[in-house]
Amino acid sequence: MKPADWTTGHEAILYQACSSCGKVQYFRRGFCAACGSTALAEKRASGKGTVYATSIVTRAATAETRAHVPYNVVLVDTEEGFRMMAHGATDLAIGDSVSARFTQFAGRLVPYFERIT
Amino acid sequence: MTYITGVGLTSYGKHEGLTSLDLMSKAAELAITDAGLKRAEIDGILCGYSTVSPHIMLATVFAEHFGIRPAYAHAVQVGGATGLAMTMLAHHLVEAGVVKHVLVVGGENRLTGQSRDASIVALAQVGHPDYEVPLGPTIPAYYGLVASRYMHEYGLTEEDLAEFAVLMRAHALTHPGAQFHEPITVADVMASKPVASPLKLLDCCPVSDGGAAFVISREPTNQARVKIRGCAQAHTHQHVTAAPALSELGAEISIAKVKQASGVSIADVRYAAVYDSFTITLAMLLEDLGLAKRGEAAARVRSGYFSRGGEMPLNTHGGLLSYGHCGVGGAMAHLVEAHLQMTGRAGNRQVRDASVALLHGDGGVLSSHVSVFLERVR
Repeated sequence: MKPADWTTGHEAILYQACSSCGKVQYFRRGFCAACGSTALAEKRASGKGTVYATSIVTRAATAETRAHVPYNVVLVDTEEGFRMMAHGATDLAIGDSVSARFTQFAGRLVPYFERIT
Repeated sequence: MTYITGVGLTSYGKHEGLTSLDLMSKAAELAITDAGLKRAEIDGILCGYSTVSPHIMLATVFAEHFGIRPAYAHAVQVGGATGLAMTMLAHHLVEAGVVKHVLVVGGENRLTGQSRDASIVALAQVGHPDYEVPLGPTIPAYYGLVASRYMHEYGLTEEDLAEFAVLMRAHALTHPGAQFHEPITVADVMASKPVASPLKLLDCCPVSDGGAAFVISREPTNQARVKIRGCAQAHTHQHVTAAPALSELGAEISIAKVKQASGVSIADVRYAAVYDSFTITLAMLLEDLGLAKRGEAAARVRSGYFSRGGEMPLNTHGGLLSYGHCGVGGAMAHLVEAHLQMTGRAGNRQVRDASVALLHGDGGVLSSHVSVFLERVR
């Protein structure tokens, strides 16, 4: 079943938590990639985290994405313990505490992180 | 024991009108001739892939086209690590007695066969289809992310990264087959168009047409006695989102494994051939492999350590950054150049001593790693 999160156009960031080993994973699958258990609980993330890496894209490859340059592709370590890729404000720096909202990008809904002050 | 008995390399850049098969054939012909063999003596074929002309059976398409009926043939796909992964597989196939002479070949008309946009889109698909690709990342952006973190943790600057582009260009100037022949400076790199921060245009390898090939054999077939001393791989992830910490990447794992398996140490190495899709790739891999201390690779470039006349000549053909990058063949050029250096055939680029070489390839976003030691024997 498709998750009801941003990847399917819903304003949510979902992840899976393993009931057997306790690990969390972001890329959805039918089993825990750490221990193989199928006992997974689907959870909704708070959208809060810390910036791990950033890259502002100025050379995009398609007409749809070119309309958005420059856009900041970021990796965020969420407070739930998984890492995710998203968009972010162009002034974000590594280590910033951030919170997600959602925005439109190239015809899709994407998570967009901004600094918490 | 196995030996690299022949190598072949086309010029990189534009080969208007040539297909991927044409470029593979040119390189294969050169490699077989270099080994002093006939087509009929080749009993194994390993080839890469072509993003311009994808095929589910490229090795047999090539074998038929080239006129070989091999006893063993298939394609291999691990992105930029493909060339060295094929080398490792050929080594084991020959050592196991499955075949006597394996032709390893890669070639693609990536520059003239499709638009640059199409190349960028095709390559960005190494990203996760649901969780990464919809965000519009490009390969430079994946590496830009890694670069931002590496610079943050180890204090590298954009000027440091630029040094690697300048070094590769300086080397390319001495090779007639290289795609670029204009010298560049650190200031030129810094002033080049931003692509995906912190990477600018001159931090990125170009898209090229070209082909490369080599033959791996049970016994030497000529005076070029370059022995494969050992090979190892490591695969820690596919997607940059799932990559481990910078201190736990695959290059450190594969180099540790190959050192242990072969008994060769970094102190024995006289020539280095290291994957350089971006300046950050080269900086990180040199440090991961132990060819420079953490955060000090750029200082070693500035001091001439990696120059043709330095202690550890590196990618003397100009690397992906300036010789060019035609996909699978891209990093195979590193091995061809190492072989020419090891056999004293590098002409005006010849280094003093290339008796032991370390080769390292990286595929994906530092996802797949292959390390190889080569040694010239008398």
